[in-house]
Amino acid sequence: MHPAPSVIIFTTLSGLGFGLLFFLGLGLPDVSGWIAFTFFFIAYALAVGGLMSSAFHLGHPERALKAFTQWRTSWLSREACFSVAALVVMGVFALGAVFFDAQWRVLGVIGAVLSLITVYTTSMIYTQMKTVPRWNTQLTPLLYLTISLAGGALLAGQESLAPWLLALAGGVQIAWWMRGDGAFAASGTDMASATGLGHGKVRSFEPPHTGTNYLLREFVYVIGRKHALKIRGIALALGYALPILLMVLPLDSIALKHAFAGLAVVSHLGGIAASRWLFFAEAEHVVGLYYGKR
Amino acid sequence: MTDLPTTTERKLGLVIDLDTCVGCHACVISCKGWNTENYGAPLSDQNPYGADPSGTFLNRIHSYEVQPEAGAAQLVHFPKSCLHCEDAPCVTVCPTGASYKRVEDGIVLVNESDCIGCGLCAWACPYGAREMDQAEGVMKKCTLCIDRIYNGNLPEVDRVPACVRTCPAGARHFGDLGDPDSDVSRLVAERGGMDLMPEQGTKPVNKYLPPRPRDTVEEEIDILAPLLAPVTEEPGGFLGWLDRALDALPGGKS
Amino acid sequence: MAHTQPRLDLSPPISDEVRKTTCYMCACRCGINVHMKGGKVAYIEGNRDHPVNRGVLCAKGSAGIMQHNSPARLRAPLKRVGPRGSGQFEEISWDEALEIAAGWLEPLRKNAPEKLAFFTGRDQSQSFTSFWAQNFGTPNYAAHGGFCSVNMAAAGIYTMGGAFWEFGQPDWDHTKLFMLFGVAEDHDSNPIKMGIGKIKARGARVIGVNPIRTGYNAVADDWVGITPGTDGLFVLALVHVLLKAGKIDLDYLARYTNAPCLLIENPGGADHGLLLRDDAGKLLVKDRTSGDLVPFDTPGVRPDLTGTHVQNGQTSHTVMYKTVNRYLSEEYSPEAVADRCGIPASRIRAIAGEIARVAFDEAFEINQPWTDFRGERHEKMVGRPVSFHAMRGISAHANGFQTCRALHLLQIILGTVEVPGGFRFKPPYPKPVEAHPTPHRDVVPGKPLNGPHLGFVRGPDDLALEPDGSPSRIDKAFTWENPMSAHGLMHMVISNAHAGDPYKIDTLFMYMANMSWNSTMNTRGVIDMLTDTDETGEYVIPRIIYSDSYSSEMVAYADLILPDTTYLERHDCISLLDRPICEADAAADAIRWPVVEPDRPGHAGVRGFQTVLVQLANKLKLPGFTDEDGNPKYADYADYMVRHERRPGIGPLAGFRGEDGTDQGRGAPNPDQLDRYIENGSFFVAHVPEEGLYYKPWNKAYQDWAVGMGLYDSPQPFLFSLYVEPLRRFQLAAEGHGDRQPPDHLRERIKAQLDPLPIWYETDQQGNEGYTVTALTQRPMAMYHSWGSQNAWLRQIHGHNPLYVPTKLMRENGLKDGDWARVTSPHGEITVPVMEMAALNENTVWTWNAIGKRKGAWALEKDAPEVTRGFLLNHLIHELLPPRGDGLRWANSDPVTGQAAWFDLKVRIEKAAPPDGLSESHPATEPQVSPVGTGPEELEWKVGK
Ligand SMILES: Nc1nc2c(c(=O)[nH]1)N[C@H]1C(S)=C(S)[C@@H](COP(=O)(O)OP(=O)(O)OC[C@H]3O[C@@H](n4cnc5c(=O)[nH]c(N)nc54)[C@H](O)[C@@H]3O)O[C@H]1N2
Ligand SMILES: Nc1nc2c(c(=O)[nH]1)N[C@H]1C(S)=C(S)[C@@H](COP(=O)(O)OP(=O)(O)OC[C@H]3O[C@@H](n4cnc5c(=O)[nH]c(N)nc54)[C@H](O)[C@@H]3O)O[C@H]1N2
Ligand code: SF4
Ligand code: SF4
Ligand code: SF4
Ligand code: SF4
Ligand code: SF4
Ligand SMILES: [Mo]
Repeated sequence: MHPAPSVIIFTTLSGLGFGLLFFLGLGLPDVSGWIAFTFFFIAYALAVGGLMSSAFHLGHPERALKAFTQWRTSWLSREACFSVAALVVMGVFALGAVFFDAQWRVLGVIGAVLSLITVYTTSMIYTQMKTVPRWNTQLTPLLYLTISLAGGALLAGQESLAPWLLALAGGVQIAWWMRGDGAFAASGTDMASATGLGHGKVRSFEPPHTGTNYLLREFVYVIGRKHALKIRGIALALGYALPILLMVLPLDSIALKHAFAGLAVVSHLGGIAASRWLFFAEAEHVVGLYYGKR
Repeated sequence: MTDLPTTTERKLGLVIDLDTCVGCHACVISCKGWNTENYGAPLSDQNPYGADPSGTFLNRIHSYEVQPEAGAAQLVHFPKSCLHCEDAPCVTVCPTGASYKRVEDGIVLVNESDCIGCGLCAWACPYGAREMDQAEGVMKKCTLCIDRIYNGNLPEVDRVPACVRTCPAGARHFGDLGDPDSDVSRLVAERGGMDLMPEQGTKPVNKYLPPRPRDTVEEEIDILAPLLAPVTEEPGGFLGWLDRALDALPGGKS
Repeated sequence: MAHTQPRLDLSPPISDEVRKTTCYMCACRCGINVHMKGGKVAYIEGNRDHPVNRGVLCAKGSAGIMQHNSPARLRAPLKRVGPRGSGQFEEISWDEALEIAAGWLEPLRKNAPEKLAFFTGRDQSQSFTSFWAQNFGTPNYAAHGGFCSVNMAAAGIYTMGGAFWEFGQPDWDHTKLFMLFGVAEDHDSNPIKMGIGKIKARGARVIGVNPIRTGYNAVADDWVGITPGTDGLFVLALVHVLLKAGKIDLDYLARYTNAPCLLIENPGGADHGLLLRDDAGKLLVKDRTSGDLVPFDTPGVRPDLTGTHVQNGQTSHTVMYKTVNRYLSEEYSPEAVADRCGIPASRIRAIAGEIARVAFDEAFEINQPWTDFRGERHEKMVGRPVSFHAMRGISAHANGFQTCRALHLLQIILGTVEVPGGFRFKPPYPKPVEAHPTPHRDVVPGKPLNGPHLGFVRGPDDLALEPDGSPSRIDKAFTWENPMSAHGLMHMVISNAHAGDPYKIDTLFMYMANMSWNSTMNTRGVIDMLTDTDETGEYVIPRIIYSDSYSSEMVAYADLILPDTTYLERHDCISLLDRPICEADAAADAIRWPVVEPDRPGHAGVRGFQTVLVQLANKLKLPGFTDEDGNPKYADYADYMVRHERRPGIGPLAGFRGEDGTDQGRGAPNPDQLDRYIENGSFFVAHVPEEGLYYKPWNKAYQDWAVGMGLYDSPQPFLFSLYVEPLRRFQLAAEGHGDRQPPDHLRERIKAQLDPLPIWYETDQQGNEGYTVTALTQRPMAMYHSWGSQNAWLRQIHGHNPLYVPTKLMRENGLKDGDWARVTSPHGEITVPVMEMAALNENTVWTWNAIGKRKGAWALEKDAPEVTRGFLLNHLIHELLPPRGDGLRWANSDPVTGQAAWFDLKVRIEKAAPPDGLSESHPATEPQVSPVGTGPEELEWKVGK
């Protein structure tokens, strides 16, 4: 799949944002006033910024409201609904925390759950795609959720929780990759099923057009195996290993600690962006078979 | 609406004969011409006279080489447009309801004025049957020429899709695949019509007729049979045979 | 929730109006319905009533709207201002353009008409353009047939009075075995596809003989991946097996062919090997019943295939006798030819068996009585449902004439020409050689030529030679090098004119042929000839006038451009006098008319070229165009189409003639004729009567109908020629008989290769040592030569062309898809991208024809893939063969017809780095300035908003 920057930014940032909201909703940390404002500002900037960025790849963003209508079948529609619900509920909760020094716990828990569900709906947009065997697994929501939680914990300053969650997410990430590498072959979709020409070995001869087209640009992104491995290394190191390291390093200086935590967040963000880039770039859409590109 | 109708009254679709398609691209261009001028936004082209021309097409012809275990490699021309699936994943993923399947005839359509151009339906389609128009920012797909097949302004014979009407080889058939007695259903039954990527669970309405076996003349013709037995083994005996054969003709000597 | 869905308008209006005319995205000439909205062309579809396409339309036809609106359309007459080839022009008015042209042509006509060479491409107005040239008085006129498929045309006409090409077709409704030789697309584009579709729907068998398995050959049930150039051998092996098994139609051979005709036996004599005739020149046969020698058309005769006749002590045998003796020889056995053809002997036998089975075991009858030319009544028509079709894969080789002949021999011994289920002619064919003109060449300054330029020679006397033996024509057609060059040799014009051999010309006037690019061999060499200057700095070819509709490569090489309209903007006439649109069961012709008026805002505009020729003729007061009072006869081409009469009552259009428009074929001019055509969908059809549908060359009902239609002036029944006597006359000359003698260096070749019975010979491979791979081109179904690349829709399908290389050669040369390879011939070298193909003869490489473009042409941007990756194979092909060391340069063409041997090209390939480190095919030609700029950045085409 074409690794469109808008989608990479969206999934990376909004995942992180909703992860942070989750912890804030649970009162981890229990903040109020200016500090709450700062935390919520960051969370909203990430979540809403991500959502806005995703609107950039729409052909008609002005009709975006229509996307709330099909929640009964469409995960994208559900995502839209849940994200708004989460943002509204958490917004009210934030109002309480910032201006009234109030912790409306029930509201917070509901908001936290909605935030996680939002991340889940995002992940399901990809998970449901039978056309992309690499995504079509329950490991995908697990991956999105663990990353979101780990990132949220990191941002929420949950020093004790974050390394564990990061390690868990890293583990899921590795499992997801390992499964993903065999997923296309295991999916049962191949040249023979795509063309029905089972009476011999099928090879694409001439594509329909000598030039490119929407499908090729969008779905038939090919990256070299070596290149992919390198980026996986970077994603693992930056997204999980380094933040864990930065978190668990015994440090005395508070300033240094904060600096390291900041560094951990930046590193995590970079690593997850790399992971998301791969999430798309490595994903093989079955339509590539028709173009002999699988 | 992104809900799929539980059943449709008819299942209109195409049957494409891979045994006969010569790969001429006639259907591709007549589709482009018709759908540029008719339903929805025109099918645009970017950089049409430049280095990287690329445009929206609702029907494209691939070609595949098939190498059987034994014998010469074969070539199959392979037209592909929307298969109007019964369980169309492109419809259910659509967040806006722009994509829908018609209850009357099962045609899968995009209502362009509702489409936000998110592209998700194209992701969900295993067949590459949807293309986002780059100029208009809306999703385009085969309409089964809905503005032809019921069009009272067209003579009745012409109420078929543009691609079907134009196919010089007669490799494209249109009809109701929900009616077991229709011509298309019969053709599918006779020729072993098949689904593409059945494992995707989309239940395509369009069917493909597989190419007939190729390169069988040597198996079928026994070259030692009387068919090719020499009329005479004697050297120079041929003219004698010729004489006898001439006499045996009606009006001959015998 | 209940299912809801939008309400749609299911009956939107289609258009304001439908205008019916004839497609011209290629020479198939299908009928089209042009849907108009607001006076603009909105949509084009096939016309269901049209005899050619019955409603279907190919990709090119449907893309006509993009061609009609192409940014490459010329907009005004152009006068060259920069050096030739640069593309620098100034737009001028039509008055000035006609003034310039007439100023160049007038003195030539007065003093030396032969100094005008007028050659046209694949237009459909050859009866008109030749009439113009004839009235101008130059002998130097021809169209494109010489480089296209004259082998096919000449072999067919000489053998059976009609050819495959577009002049005949299989009996699609009845045939049960269809064998296709060397066809990728052909002129009959849609009818062939419709036919193949029809017979496949019936489950009948298609056998494709072609080194490449794409298109028609891909859908063929059996594919014969033959070694290029060996079809003649393969076919003669089939003939061998069928003869041996007696699977031949003796009755047919005896009645309808010259198989029973007797060959004069007079070794060393001037008539040895000619056919025995009576004093009136009629062919004689032995009557099997009476034993008498009688004219072939004697009522009641039963021509004897094994008859003999003793004359002056020598025994004459029949053509059949000679035929049988030759082809029964073991040199034609499947085993003897298998290796050279690359087809196992068992496969050849199996195919012969299948042919025999279908021809004889599946023979059928149609209950239709008919009467033959001898007056004999037949109660039934006997069908032999085996049909053949062939095109350039056979004819574009230097043994193509004889190979086509061999194929006709096969058809004829099976008795499957003009019978149900077999191959059928389209009117005005069949037409025996005798009914065709001979070539004319007599030039008298200021006067018309003494007859038509082109024709069918009957022997050395008809050659176009000067008294000193030198060629009369600039293209050296009808000379000893290629005596039967019935279509002229357009591909030799530029090189001969450049060499001043046989003489210098002044003005080269060309129409609709991209002769500096894809229609020429040795493209670079031709470019240099067109731009070469002499000692005085003048161009060696002093003046070039050219008519094109679009900004093609050739435009840059002309001094004066007469811009033509697009096909939707002018009158055209697809006439029975020329290359009509007939089907086997009907005579038909068609017109084009301006469904939209030409409109080039801000420019002087364009004019239909035929009208421009009328205007030029009027300026020059050419005889055929001027009445007794010296006034112009015709205002424009439309006027000519209606009022011109070739013979009394016979004009360009056969339909709606006579005062009231009810006459067909013959009749007085009808001033309303064009309106009647338009009302009728721009075509006219006259059906052959049921009784005349088959056996046309011998069928009284058909012959009478054809006379009524004006196809002939009297019935022309004739015998098919297994043995082609005119060829024998050339052999006799080569043996030393007669006053007209060939030059010595050609004697042996004429004796060997102008054999009156089909033969096969290896094409000349001297100088090709080390070049072992045959390189071919194929027409893409969705592109027409160079025109297609200006079409925004079509160029997305074929924007560049890889060289397809068989798996074996890919492995041997360490190549993988997308690599570049250097392809070398004895003449040149190109570096191009490659792709693997398995369904391909293992010693053949190929590419799509005419995709490569010159920078600056066709309104394309300079980095268009046609320019950067696309390429022409033509750079490797030369009009002359590699030197043999005998001091002579032999033409790369068929020794009988002069047909250009495009497909004899032999190459060597090896892996190469992309040229210059760029991804650009090599050789790259320097850019030309575009007279029209480039096209827009985006297209969102919709006429009715
Ligand atoms: N390598 C290789 N070369 C080949 C062949 C091959 O098989 N292989 N085939 C050969 C054969 S058979 C042929 S026939 C030639 C064809 O070669 P050409 O006849 O040169 O083919 P086109 O590219 O069609 O060029 C015709 C010109 O006519 C112009 N034209 C189009 N429409 C109109 C019109 O309405 N009016 C006017 N005035 N001009 C118009 C086009 O713009 C173009 O410049 O190519 C030959 N060249
Ligand atoms: N779409 C489209 N239609 C066209 C044209 C076009 O440019 N585009 N051009 C028109 C013109 S001008 C012409 S002349 C006709 C030509 O129509 P075709 O005769 O179909 O011409 P080609 O495409 O050159 O195809 C020649 C075929 O012969 C095969 N071949 C080559 N050598 C041999 C051989 O030795 N033996 C056998 N058995 N096969 C061989 C090649 O593989 C190829 O398939 O098409 C006309 N129709
Ligand atoms: S082919 Fe693709 S676009 Fe068409 S209905 Fe099926 S899934 Fe949807
Ligand atoms: S692109 Fe349009 S039709 Fe497709 S899913 Fe998005 S909104 Fe629906
Ligand atoms: S049915 Fe209509 S829209 Fe669909 S492929 Fe055919 S022409 Fe195109
Ligand atoms: S028009 Fe018919 S033969 Fe041509 S590519 Fe389409 S389906 Fe195949
Ligand atoms: S074959 Fe195609 S391009 Fe040629 S005349 Fe017919 S429709 Fe037009
Ligand atoms: Mo041609």
